[in-house]
Amino acid sequence: MAVDVRNRIAKRAAKEIHDGLIVNLGIGIPTLVADHIPQDMHVLFHAENGVLGTGPSPEPGKEDPALCNAGGFPITTVMGASYFDSATAFGMIRKGYIDITILGALEVSEKGDLANWIVPGKRVPGMGGAMELAQKAKKVIVLMNHVNKQGESKILKTCTLPLTARESVDLIITDMAVMEVTEEGLVLKEVMAPYTVDDVIRNTEASLKIHAAVSTIE
Amino acid sequence: MKQVITKKNKIVTMEEALEHISDGCTLMYGGFGGVGTPPTLVQGILDKGIKELTLIGNDTGFPDIGIGRLVTAERAKKVIASHIGSNPNAGKLMTEGKLQVEFSPQGTLAERIRAGGVGLGGIFVDVGIGTIAEEGKDKIVIEGKEYLVETALTAEVSIVHAKKADSLGNLVYDKTACNFNPLVAMAGAFTIAEVEEIVPAGELDPECIATPGIYVDMVIPTKGVNWKWAWQ
Repeated sequence: MAVDVRNRIAKRAAKEIHDGLIVNLGIGIPTLVADHIPQDMHVLFHAENGVLGTGPSPEPGKEDPALCNAGGFPITTVMGASYFDSATAFGMIRKGYIDITILGALEVSEKGDLANWIVPGKRVPGMGGAMELAQKAKKVIVLMNHVNKQGESKILKTCTLPLTARESVDLIITDMAVMEVTEEGLVLKEVMAPYTVDDVIRNTEASLKIHAAVSTIE
Repeated sequence: MKQVITKKNKIVTMEEALEHISDGCTLMYGGFGGVGTPPTLVQGILDKGIKELTLIGNDTGFPDIGIGRLVTAERAKKVIASHIGSNPNAGKLMTEGKLQVEFSPQGTLAERIRAGGVGLGGIFVDVGIGTIAEEGKDKIVIEGKEYLVETALTAEVSIVHAKKADSLGNLVYDKTACNFNPLVAMAGAFTIAEVEEIVPAGELDPECIATPGIYVDMVIPTKGVNWKWAWQ
Protein backbone atom coordinates (compact mmCIF):
# COMPACT_ATOMS: atom_id res chain seq x y z
CA MET A 1 0.00 0.00 0.00
CA ALA A 2 1.33 3.46 -0.89
CA VAL A 3 2.63 5.62 1.94
CA ASP A 4 0.00 8.35 1.38
CA VAL A 5 -2.82 5.79 1.49
CA ARG A 6 -1.45 4.30 4.71
CA ASN A 7 -1.23 7.75 6.25
CA ARG A 8 -4.72 8.62 5.12
CA ILE A 9 -6.10 5.53 6.87
CA ALA A 10 -4.04 6.31 9.97
CA LYS A 11 -5.25 9.93 9.99
CA ARG A 12 -8.87 8.83 9.84
CA ALA A 13 -8.30 6.33 12.66
CA ALA A 14 -6.72 9.07 14.79
CA LYS A 15 -10.06 10.90 14.77
CA GLU A 16 -11.49 8.10 16.92
CA ILE A 17 -9.05 8.91 19.71
CA HIS A 18 -10.05 11.43 22.34
CA ASP A 19 -8.51 13.09 25.33
CA GLY A 20 -7.87 10.79 28.28
CA LEU A 21 -8.11 7.46 26.46
CA ILE A 22 -5.78 4.48 26.80
CA VAL A 23 -4.89 3.11 23.38
CA ASN A 24 -2.97 0.08 22.11
CA LEU A 25 -1.61 0.28 18.57
CA GLY A 26 -0.73 -2.82 16.57
CA ILE A 27 2.14 -3.23 14.12
CA GLY A 28 1.99 -1.73 10.60
CA ILE A 29 -0.47 1.04 9.68
CA PRO A 30 -1.79 1.22 13.30
CA THR A 31 1.67 2.39 14.44
CA LEU A 32 1.28 5.46 12.19
CA VAL A 33 -1.86 6.57 14.04
CA ALA A 34 0.24 8.12 16.84
CA ASP A 35 1.70 10.62 14.33
CA HIS A 36 -1.78 12.04 13.71
CA ILE A 37 -2.77 12.73 17.32
CA PRO A 38 -2.80 16.46 18.23
CA GLN A 39 0.21 17.37 20.40
CA ASP A 40 -1.93 18.80 23.20
CA MET A 41 -4.18 15.73 23.48
CA HIS A 42 -3.51 13.58 26.53
CA VAL A 43 -3.55 9.96 25.38
CA LEU A 44 -1.72 7.07 27.07
CA PHE A 45 -0.41 4.53 24.60
CA HIS A 46 -0.12 1.00 25.97
CA ALA A 47 2.44 -1.42 24.55
CA GLU A 48 1.87 -5.04 25.56
CA ASN A 49 5.59 -5.68 26.00
CA GLY A 50 5.36 -3.71 29.22
CA VAL A 51 4.93 0.05 29.04
CA LEU A 52 2.06 2.46 29.52
CA GLY A 53 2.85 5.90 28.14
CA THR A 54 4.96 5.39 25.01
CA GLY A 55 6.23 8.51 23.24
CA PRO A 56 7.63 9.27 19.79
CA SER A 57 10.62 7.50 18.24
CA PRO A 58 13.95 8.66 19.69
CA GLU A 59 16.38 10.76 17.68
CA PRO A 60 18.92 8.68 15.73
CA GLY A 61 21.73 7.72 18.05
CA LYS A 62 19.59 8.00 21.17
CA GLU A 63 17.92 4.59 20.89
CA ASP A 64 17.86 2.43 24.03
CA PRO A 65 17.73 -1.30 23.14
CA ALA A 66 15.91 -1.91 26.44
CA LEU A 67 13.11 0.48 25.48
CA CYS A 68 11.14 -0.78 22.51
CA ASN A 69 7.54 -1.16 21.40
CA ALA A 70 5.89 -4.53 20.75
CA GLY A 71 7.17 -4.42 17.17
CA GLY A 72 10.75 -4.30 18.45
CA PHE A 73 11.43 -0.67 17.50
CA PRO A 74 12.96 1.91 19.85
CA ILE A 75 10.57 4.31 21.54
CA THR A 76 10.61 7.02 24.18
CA THR A 77 8.19 7.51 27.07
CA VAL A 78 5.99 10.42 28.11
CA MET A 79 5.74 11.98 31.56
CA GLY A 80 3.90 9.62 33.90
CA ALA A 81 4.83 6.46 32.00
CA SER A 82 5.23 3.12 33.79
CA TYR A 83 6.96 -0.20 33.10
CA PHE A 84 5.65 -3.62 34.09
CA ASP A 85 6.01 -7.31 33.28
CA SER A 86 3.96 -9.20 30.67
CA ALA A 87 1.47 -10.60 33.21
CA THR A 88 0.57 -7.06 34.30
CA ALA A 89 0.55 -5.81 30.70
CA PHE A 90 -2.12 -8.38 29.87
CA GLY A 91 -3.88 -8.01 33.19
CA MET A 92 -4.64 -4.44 32.11
CA ILE A 93 -6.00 -5.67 28.79
CA ARG A 94 -8.06 -8.52 30.25
CA LYS A 95 -9.56 -6.33 32.95
CA GLY A 96 -10.81 -3.93 30.27
CA TYR A 97 -8.57 -0.89 30.78
CA ILE A 98 -7.77 -0.49 27.09
CA ASP A 99 -10.26 1.97 25.59
CA ILE A 100 -9.25 1.46 21.96
CA THR A 101 -7.13 -1.11 20.18
CA ILE A 102 -6.20 -0.52 16.56
CA LEU A 103 -4.96 -3.52 14.60
CA GLY A 104 -4.64 -5.08 11.17
CA ALA A 105 -6.71 -7.97 9.80
CA LEU A 106 -6.82 -10.67 7.16
CA GLU A 107 -10.63 -10.89 7.24
CA VAL A 108 -13.49 -9.24 9.12
CA SER A 109 -17.09 -10.46 9.04
CA GLU A 110 -20.18 -8.26 8.97
CA LYS A 111 -20.81 -9.31 12.57
CA GLY A 112 -17.38 -8.07 13.61
CA ASP A 113 -15.61 -11.45 13.75
CA LEU A 114 -11.87 -10.89 13.35
CA ALA A 115 -9.33 -13.20 11.64
CA ASN A 116 -5.73 -12.01 11.76
CA TRP A 117 -3.38 -14.69 13.08
CA ILE A 118 -3.26 -17.74 10.84
CA VAL A 119 -3.64 -18.90 7.26
CA PRO A 120 -3.58 -22.66 7.85
CA GLY A 121 -0.84 -24.40 5.91
CA LYS A 122 0.53 -21.13 4.55
CA ARG A 123 1.33 -18.47 7.07
CA VAL A 124 1.20 -19.22 10.76
CA PRO A 125 2.64 -16.29 12.71
CA GLY A 126 0.63 -16.96 15.87
CA MET A 127 -1.85 -14.78 17.70
CA GLY A 128 0.59 -12.89 19.90
CA GLY A 129 -1.55 -10.60 22.02
CA ALA A 130 -4.29 -10.11 19.43
CA MET A 131 -6.85 -12.41 21.08
CA GLU A 132 -6.75 -10.52 24.37
CA LEU A 133 -6.79 -7.12 22.67
CA ALA A 134 -9.63 -7.94 20.26
CA GLN A 135 -11.74 -9.66 22.89
CA LYS A 136 -11.18 -7.22 25.75
CA ALA A 137 -10.58 -3.70 24.44
CA LYS A 138 -13.66 -1.49 24.75
CA LYS A 139 -13.43 -0.49 21.08
CA VAL A 140 -11.71 -2.46 18.33
CA ILE A 141 -10.73 -0.65 15.15
CA VAL A 142 -9.38 -2.57 12.16
CA LEU A 143 -7.16 -0.85 9.59
CA MET A 144 -6.53 -2.79 6.40
CA ASN A 145 -6.76 -2.99 2.62
CA HIS A 146 -10.33 -3.39 1.46
CA VAL A 147 -9.40 -6.29 -0.83
CA ASN A 148 -6.62 -8.91 -0.74
CA LYS A 149 -3.83 -9.39 -3.28
CA GLN A 150 -6.20 -11.41 -5.47
CA GLY A 151 -8.65 -8.49 -5.47
CA GLU A 152 -11.14 -10.34 -3.24
CA SER A 153 -13.08 -8.63 -0.48
CA LYS A 154 -11.58 -8.95 3.00
CA ILE A 155 -14.93 -7.94 4.48
CA LEU A 156 -17.11 -11.04 4.41
CA LYS A 157 -20.48 -12.39 5.47
CA THR A 158 -18.56 -15.07 7.38
CA CYS A 159 -14.80 -15.34 7.88
CA THR A 160 -13.14 -18.30 6.15
CA LEU A 161 -9.97 -18.21 8.28
CA PRO A 162 -9.73 -19.30 11.94
CA LEU A 163 -10.87 -16.46 14.18
CA THR A 164 -8.93 -14.27 16.55
CA ALA A 165 -12.11 -13.20 18.35
CA ARG A 166 -15.85 -13.37 17.72
CA GLU A 167 -18.05 -10.28 17.30
CA SER A 168 -15.29 -7.99 18.47
CA VAL A 169 -14.66 -5.40 15.74
CA ASP A 170 -16.46 -2.06 16.05
CA LEU A 171 -15.06 -0.04 13.16
CA ILE A 172 -13.30 -0.94 9.89
CA ILE A 173 -11.21 1.66 8.07
CA THR A 174 -9.82 0.66 4.66
CA ASP A 175 -8.29 2.40 1.65
CA MET A 176 -11.87 2.62 0.27
CA ALA A 177 -14.24 3.19 3.15
CA VAL A 178 -15.16 3.53 6.81
CA MET A 179 -17.70 0.98 8.06
CA GLU A 180 -19.24 0.51 11.45
CA VAL A 181 -20.40 -2.83 12.86
CA THR A 182 -23.84 -2.24 14.41
CA GLU A 183 -26.59 -4.47 15.75
CA GLU A 184 -28.44 -3.83 12.50
CA GLY A 185 -25.44 -4.94 10.44
CA LEU A 186 -22.43 -3.40 8.75
CA VAL A 187 -23.01 0.26 7.92
CA LEU A 188 -21.06 2.18 5.28
CA LYS A 189 -20.50 5.65 6.73
CA GLU A 190 -17.70 7.22 4.73
CA VAL A 191 -15.94 6.61 1.44
CA MET A 192 -12.36 7.55 0.63
CA ALA A 193 -12.09 9.60 -2.58
CA PRO A 194 -11.86 8.76 -5.44
CA TYR A 195 -13.93 5.69 -4.54
CA THR A 196 -17.70 5.89 -4.67
CA VAL A 197 -20.42 4.09 -2.72
CA ASP A 198 -20.86 1.80 -5.73
CA ASP A 199 -17.14 0.96 -5.77
CA VAL A 200 -17.33 -0.01 -2.11
CA ILE A 201 -20.45 -2.15 -2.56
CA ARG A 202 -18.87 -3.89 -5.56
CA ASN A 203 -15.73 -4.72 -3.55
CA THR A 204 -17.49 -5.87 -0.39
CA GLU A 205 -18.76 -9.43 -0.06
CA ALA A 206 -20.56 -8.68 3.22
CA SER A 207 -24.01 -7.10 3.19
CA LEU A 208 -23.63 -3.35 3.54
CA LYS A 209 -26.22 -0.94 4.85
CA ILE A 210 -25.66 2.49 3.40
CA HIS A 211 -25.79 5.30 5.94
CA ALA A 212 -28.33 8.02 5.07
CA ALA A 213 -25.57 10.60 4.82
CA VAL A 214 -22.40 8.94 3.56
CA SER A 215 -19.59 11.46 3.59
CA THR A 216 -16.50 11.49 1.42
CA ILE A 217 -12.96 11.77 2.77
CA GLU A 218 -11.00 13.83 0.25
CA MET B 1 16.53 -12.67 67.76
CA LYS B 2 19.29 -14.34 65.83
CA GLN B 3 19.59 -13.08 62.29
CA VAL B 4 19.97 -15.71 59.60
CA ILE B 5 21.47 -14.54 56.33
CA THR B 6 22.20 -16.83 53.41
CA LYS B 7 25.68 -15.98 52.35
CA LYS B 8 25.81 -18.31 49.42
CA ASN B 9 27.43 -16.57 46.50
CA LYS B 10 25.46 -17.39 43.35
CA ILE B 11 27.86 -15.80 40.89
CA VAL B 12 29.38 -18.40 38.59
CA THR B 13 31.01 -18.66 35.17
CA MET B 14 29.03 -19.35 32.02
CA GLU B 15 30.65 -22.82 31.80
CA GLU B 16 29.36 -23.71 35.27
CA ALA B 17 25.91 -22.43 34.36
CA LEU B 18 25.80 -24.38 31.10
CA GLU B 19 26.41 -27.67 32.96
CA HIS B 20 22.75 -27.42 33.97
CA ILE B 21 21.41 -27.25 30.41
CA SER B 22 21.48 -30.52 28.50
CA ASP B 23 20.14 -32.07 25.30
CA GLY B 24 16.38 -32.58 25.38
CA CYS B 25 15.77 -30.27 28.29
CA THR B 26 12.77 -27.96 28.69
CA LEU B 27 14.16 -24.45 28.60
CA MET B 28 12.12 -21.37 29.42
CA TYR B 29 13.46 -17.98 28.39
CA GLY B 30 12.67 -14.33 28.96
CA GLY B 31 12.49 -11.77 26.17
CA PHE B 32 10.18 -10.10 23.70
CA GLY B 33 11.47 -10.00 20.13
CA GLY B 34 14.92 -10.64 21.62
CA VAL B 35 14.73 -7.64 23.98
CA GLY B 36 15.49 -9.12 27.40
CA THR B 37 16.71 -12.50 26.12
CA PRO B 38 20.14 -13.36 27.63
CA PRO B 39 22.60 -13.17 24.70
CA THR B 40 25.62 -14.80 26.35
CA LEU B 41 23.67 -17.88 27.48
CA VAL B 42 22.13 -18.24 24.01
CA GLN B 43 25.64 -18.10 22.52
CA GLY B 44 26.88 -20.60 25.10
CA ILE B 45 24.08 -23.06 24.26
CA LEU B 46 24.93 -22.68 20.57
CA ASP B 47 28.67 -23.17 21.11
CA LYS B 48 28.17 -26.20 23.35
CA GLY B 49 26.00 -27.87 20.72
CA ILE B 50 23.02 -28.39 23.04
CA LYS B 51 20.06 -29.65 21.03
CA GLU B 52 16.54 -31.19 21.08
CA LEU B 53 15.35 -28.40 23.34
CA THR B 54 11.74 -27.69 24.21
CA LEU B 55 11.61 -23.90 24.31
CA ILE B 56 8.96 -21.96 26.23
CA GLY B 57 8.78 -18.20 25.82
CA ASN B 58 6.84 -15.37 24.24
CA ASP B 59 8.16 -15.58 20.69
CA THR B 60 10.94 -17.03 18.56
CA GLY B 61 12.77 -13.71 18.18
CA PHE B 62 14.19 -12.86 14.79
CA PRO B 63 16.37 -15.22 12.67
CA ASP B 64 19.60 -13.95 14.24
CA ILE B 65 18.25 -12.24 17.37
CA GLY B 66 17.49 -13.66 20.79
CA ILE B 67 16.22 -17.22 21.12
CA GLY B 68 15.69 -17.09 17.34
CA ARG B 69 19.34 -18.05 16.94
CA LEU B 70 18.69 -21.43 18.58
CA VAL B 71 15.60 -21.96 16.42
CA THR B 72 17.52 -21.02 13.26
CA ALA B 73 20.31 -23.46 14.20
CA GLU B 74 17.65 -26.20 14.60
CA ARG B 75 18.40 -26.77 18.28
CA ALA B 76 14.74 -26.91 19.24
CA LYS B 77 12.31 -29.77 18.69
CA LYS B 78 9.35 -27.95 20.19
CA VAL B 79 8.33 -24.40 20.96
CA ILE B 80 5.51 -23.13 23.15
CA ALA B 81 5.01 -19.44 22.27
CA SER B 82 2.44 -16.82 21.33
CA HIS B 83 4.12 -15.64 18.15
CA ILE B 84 6.68 -16.93 15.65
CA GLY B 85 5.98 -14.48 12.81
CA SER B 86 9.15 -12.39 13.14
CA ASN B 87 11.35 -15.45 12.64
CA PRO B 88 10.54 -17.03 9.23
CA ASN B 89 12.85 -19.94 10.06
CA ALA B 90 10.45 -21.07 12.78
CA GLY B 91 7.54 -21.17 10.32
CA LYS B 92 9.66 -22.96 7.73
CA LEU B 93 10.83 -25.64 10.19
CA MET B 94 7.27 -26.07 11.42
CA THR B 95 5.99 -26.59 7.85
CA GLU B 96 8.79 -29.11 7.22
CA GLY B 97 7.78 -31.03 10.33
CA LYS B 98 11.10 -30.34 12.07
CA LEU B 99 9.66 -28.12 14.77
CA GLN B 100 6.54 -28.68 16.80
CA VAL B 101 4.83 -25.41 17.68
CA GLU B 102 2.17 -24.94 20.32
CA PHE B 103 0.52 -21.51 20.43
CA SER B 104 -0.88 -19.82 23.49
CA PRO B 105 -2.40 -16.30 23.49
CA GLN B 106 0.25 -13.96 24.91
CA GLY B 107 -1.53 -12.98 28.11
CA THR B 108 -2.58 -16.56 28.72
CA LEU B 109 1.01 -17.71 28.17
CA ALA B 110 2.29 -15.14 30.67
CA GLU B 111 -0.23 -16.30 33.28
CA ARG B 112 0.46 -20.00 32.62
CA ILE B 113 4.15 -19.33 33.27
CA ARG B 114 3.34 -17.24 36.32
CA ALA B 115 1.07 -20.03 37.58
CA GLY B 116 3.91 -22.50 37.17
CA GLY B 117 6.15 -20.18 39.13
CA VAL B 118 3.80 -19.66 42.05
CA GLY B 119 2.68 -23.23 42.64
CA LEU B 120 -0.66 -23.21 40.87
CA GLY B 121 -1.94 -26.00 38.63
CA GLY B 122 -3.41 -23.65 36.06
CA ILE B 123 -5.68 -20.70 35.48
CA PHE B 124 -9.21 -20.00 34.19
CA VAL B 125 -9.36 -17.63 31.21
CA ASP B 126 -12.11 -16.66 28.78
CA VAL B 127 -9.69 -15.46 26.10
CA GLY B 128 -9.87 -17.62 22.99
CA ILE B 129 -13.36 -19.02 23.61
CA GLY B 130 -15.07 -19.44 20.26
CA THR B 131 -11.76 -19.86 18.43
CA ILE B 132 -9.48 -22.81 17.69
CA ALA B 133 -7.47 -21.78 20.77
CA GLU B 134 -10.09 -23.57 22.89
CA GLU B 135 -9.59 -26.94 21.18
CA GLY B 136 -8.66 -29.77 23.52
CA LYS B 137 -9.09 -27.66 26.65
CA ASP B 138 -11.43 -28.31 29.54
CA LYS B 139 -14.04 -25.69 30.33
CA ILE B 140 -15.40 -24.58 33.64
CA VAL B 141 -18.38 -22.41 34.52
CA ILE B 142 -17.92 -19.95 37.37
CA GLU B 143 -20.89 -17.81 38.40
CA GLY B 144 -22.51 -18.44 35.04
CA LYS B 145 -19.52 -17.50 32.95
CA GLU B 146 -17.52 -19.96 30.89
CA TYR B 147 -13.72 -20.16 31.14
CA LEU B 148 -11.01 -22.32 29.59
CA VAL B 149 -8.80 -24.29 31.95
CA GLU B 150 -5.25 -23.36 30.97
CA THR B 151 -2.54 -25.49 32.55
CA ALA B 152 0.51 -24.09 34.31
CA LEU B 153 3.89 -24.18 32.61
CA THR B 154 7.19 -24.99 34.30
CA ALA B 155 10.66 -25.77 32.98
CA GLU B 156 13.72 -27.73 33.97
CA VAL B 157 15.80 -24.63 33.40
CA SER B 158 14.88 -20.96 33.03
CA ILE B 159 17.22 -18.35 31.57
CA VAL B 160 16.60 -14.65 32.17
CA HIS B 161 18.29 -11.35 31.44
CA ALA B 162 18.35 -8.60 34.05
CA LYS B 163 20.01 -5.24 34.49
CA LYS B 164 21.47 -5.86 37.93
CA ALA B 165 21.92 -8.72 40.35
CA ASP B 166 23.50 -9.00 43.75
CA SER B 167 25.44 -12.04 44.94
CA LEU B 168 22.23 -13.51 46.41
CA GLY B 169 20.55 -13.50 43.01
CA ASN B 170 18.13 -10.62 43.65
CA LEU B 171 17.28 -9.12 40.26
CA VAL B 172 16.39 -5.69 38.91
CA TYR B 173 15.18 -5.36 35.31
CA ASP B 174 15.50 -2.65 32.69
CA LYS B 175 12.41 -0.97 31.16
CA THR B 176 10.77 -3.12 28.45
CA ALA B 177 13.56 -5.71 28.74
CA CYS B 178 11.61 -6.92 31.78
CA ASN B 179 8.63 -8.45 29.90
CA PHE B 180 8.45 -12.24 30.58
CA ASN B 181 11.66 -12.37 32.65
CA PRO B 182 10.27 -12.16 36.21
CA LEU B 183 7.63 -14.79 35.36
CA VAL B 184 10.14 -17.09 33.68
CA ALA B 185 12.57 -16.68 36.60
CA MET B 186 9.93 -18.11 38.96
CA ALA B 187 8.85 -21.02 36.76
CA GLY B 188 12.17 -22.77 36.31
CA ALA B 189 13.22 -25.66 38.56
CA PHE B 190 16.69 -24.19 38.04
CA THR B 191 17.05 -20.53 37.08
CA ILE B 192 20.07 -18.83 35.58
CA ALA B 193 20.23 -15.05 35.36
CA GLU B 194 22.54 -13.21 32.98
CA VAL B 195 23.08 -9.63 34.11
CA GLU B 196 24.66 -6.37 33.06
CA GLU B 197 25.98 -5.50 36.50
CA ILE B 198 26.72 -7.50 39.67
CA VAL B 199 26.78 -5.75 43.04
CA PRO B 200 27.48 -7.04 46.57
CA ALA B 201 24.52 -8.23 48.63
CA GLY B 202 22.85 -5.32 50.36
CA GLU B 203 23.52 -2.78 47.64
CA LEU B 204 20.21 -3.18 45.81
CA ASP B 205 17.26 -1.24 47.18
CA PRO B 206 14.90 -3.99 48.42
CA GLU B 207 11.96 -1.91 47.11
CA CYS B 208 13.33 -2.20 43.55
CA ILE B 209 13.98 -5.94 43.47
CA ALA B 210 11.55 -7.50 40.98
CA THR B 211 12.76 -11.08 41.36
CA PRO B 212 13.77 -12.15 44.87
CA GLY B 213 16.99 -14.15 44.86
CA ILE B 214 15.21 -17.23 46.21
CA TYR B 215 14.09 -17.92 42.62
CA VAL B 216 17.58 -17.57 41.17
CA ASP B 217 20.15 -20.37 41.37
CA MET B 218 23.02 -18.89 39.39
CA VAL B 219 24.10 -15.49 38.11
CA ILE B 220 26.53 -14.87 35.27
CA PRO B 221 27.84 -11.57 33.90
CA THR B 222 26.73 -10.79 30.36
CA LYS B 223 29.16 -10.27 27.51
CA GLY B 224 26.53 -8.06 25.90
CA VAL B 225 24.31 -8.38 22.88
CA ASN B 226 26.16 -9.95 19.95
CA TRP B 227 23.51 -9.43 17.31
CA LYS B 228 22.29 -6.43 15.34
CA TRP B 229 18.77 -5.25 16.18
CA ALA B 230 16.19 -5.06 13.37
CA TRP B 231 16.20 -1.25 13.62
CA GLN B 232 19.99 -0.89 13.38
